[in-house]
Amino acid sequence: MKATTAAIRRPRARKERILVTPEGISLPVMVAGRGARLGALILDLIFIAVLMVCSTLALAQIAGGVGQFMREAEGKGATAQALQFLMIVWIVIMFLFRNAYFLYFELGPRGATPGKRLTGIRIAARDGGRLTAEMVIARNLLRDIELFLPIPLILMAGADSGMAWLAAAGWLSIFMLFPLFNRDRLRAGDVIAGSWVLERPRQKLEATMTAVQTPVGEEAPSPTLKYRFKEAELAVYGEFELQSLERVLRDDRTESIETVYHTIAAKIGRNDGWGDERRFLSEYYTQLRARLEAGMRMGRRKADKYSG
Amino acid sequence: MNAISAPSPTSASAIEIAALRSDRFRIEREADWQRLEAIVTRMEKGRLRRISDEDLLALPGLYRTVASSLSIARETSLDAATLAYLEALVQRAWFVVYGPRSSLAEWLGSFLGGGWSAAVRAIWLDVLVALAVMVAGVAVGWLLVSHDPEWYFSLISRDMAGARVPGATAEALRGTLFGEQERDGLSVFAAQLFSNNAQVSILAFALGFAFGIPTLLLLIHNLALLGAMAWLYHGAGLLTDFAGWIFVHGTTELFAILLAGAAGLHIGRALAFPGDRPILEATAEAGRRAAVVMTGVVLMLVIAALLEGFARQLVDNTFGRFAIGGFMLMLWCAYFFAFRGNARTGARR
Repeated sequence: MKATTAAIRRPRARKERILVTPEGISLPVMVAGRGARLGALILDLIFIAVLMVCSTLALAQIAGGVGQFMREAEGKGATAQALQFLMIVWIVIMFLFRNAYFLYFELGPRGATPGKRLTGIRIAARDGGRLTAEMVIARNLLRDIELFLPIPLILMAGADSGMAWLAAAGWLSIFMLFPLFNRDRLRAGDVIAGSWVLERPRQKLEATMTAVQTPVGEEAPSPTLKYRFKEAELAVYGEFELQSLERVLRDDRTESIETVYHTIAAKIGRNDGWGDERRFLSEYYTQLRARLEAGMRMGRRKADKYSG
Repeated sequence: MNAISAPSPTSASAIEIAALRSDRFRIEREADWQRLEAIVTRMEKGRLRRISDEDLLALPGLYRTVASSLSIARETSLDAATLAYLEALVQRAWFVVYGPRSSLAEWLGSFLGGGWSAAVRAIWLDVLVALAVMVAGVAVGWLLVSHDPEWYFSLISRDMAGARVPGATAEALRGTLFGEQERDGLSVFAAQLFSNNAQVSILAFALGFAFGIPTLLLLIHNLALLGAMAWLYHGAGLLTDFAGWIFVHGTTELFAILLAGAAGLHIGRALAFPGDRPILEATAEAGRRAAVVMTGVVLMLVIAALLEGFARQLVDNTFGRFAIGGFMLMLWCAYFFAFRGNARTGARR
């Protein structure tokens, strides 16, 4: 309940961008946070490292087994052949893990590596169009200079080799910090590919506010209103207050309902909802919304209580 | 469309009566929204096989239906929860509908059938520049070493040089070119060569991000090495044999490095001179084109490594090596500059 209501009135945050789909519908999207990006990257690197270690161990096991078997079978040439083959497999696997891991997962329907999926983000085309294979390839080829080139350099050079280490560390930090210095948090690879990383939205469909459930076959109850509000009583609030009221009603916490009841009752000068605050508020909500939506249909909108 | 969007209140266990017009609007369309959500959720979880054909066919229509629901709701409804739900749902469906469409295999088909050669032709200017730089690199290497042989070791490390050192006898040098048939582990050698070369060419490409300058330096350095070695063999009167030794795989490998450098340069050029387009747009376009070229480069390097690992060691005479290398060169030139493929794949989809 908490999470959904937090999302109902999204703060117009710095992360929000408007994306226009090819159908011409503008969609608010959230650019993925830097923390989530970093977390996803670290997770993916861990996965890759685990995969590399596991496959190396497995191949080493096989190689050991093959060597022993061949020694018993007295086939010297065949051993070399088999070991060579395993060596090739190992080289190819290492190359693939390093270069194809990101490609494979980001080309899938989810557009996200396992790390990205765990942190709830994915990639998309910046222009609102289709995410193409070229984009995914381009953005991942650049990973090589961003990560895979400087990290081994740093590890190999060690801090005592002075300039080389400094250069590699500077290099890494330039590319790692690249997303910090542009508005859409683009990585160098994103710049090249025309892609960006977005948050994956999650939003459940909430119940309708004004609907009444009626079993099939029964006569629908005529909507009886216990409280009727006059035009002047409804005119004091706008859309912002309406949606705040919606949040309070959906949250359904007794204290906040009471507080809000007192505020509204004082503002419109009524006190007949005493002891029946929830019903009072929900009927006020319905009538206020009916009034504001009728205005919308006529092209009149009232943003909040301050606007005329 | 009608079949999709027709409300079916009788199928529900309860009829909902809503007091507001905007809520009635929602109740009428809810079934579509939830169907779309179910399909999208299944696709997000990667269970493509468990989605019926019927649902897959309905997906684009449902996406547009829900998108239009969102447009209407924005103008008529003040139910913030419903609006937020619709926005999220349309975005999720958009991810799916406009996600990567082609599978890897399908993409490879269109790539080989014309996409690759079209991309190479599109960066012809960069290919020419990279070629000029590579030729200059060989010349620089040659000249440097011929003036002062000490340069040789600043280009090539002593480990790598092995027997190929200035002052080595012609016999020793000849030994490095011929007579390696007995050598064990050719295939491992080939795989290592591939892995190494591919990494170098990806680097040459990726360095294009720094306006292409490091790419040029990398090309010059690698080719200067070649020039220095050529000078060495020339001194021993083995230049033709050395050329054959390089040629057998070099026509493929150097071509691949040429293309990688050109692709890097292409990006660097778009970054430095975006023309009248916004820089991000220009770079993104160049990047996608270069990515196609780069995929091909990796493929070429696989072939080059096979040639280097097997053909060079197994074909032990200069003429045969020239024949293989020349054939490969003709093949690549024909593919890149004469082969048009089907026009559809040439254009970006």
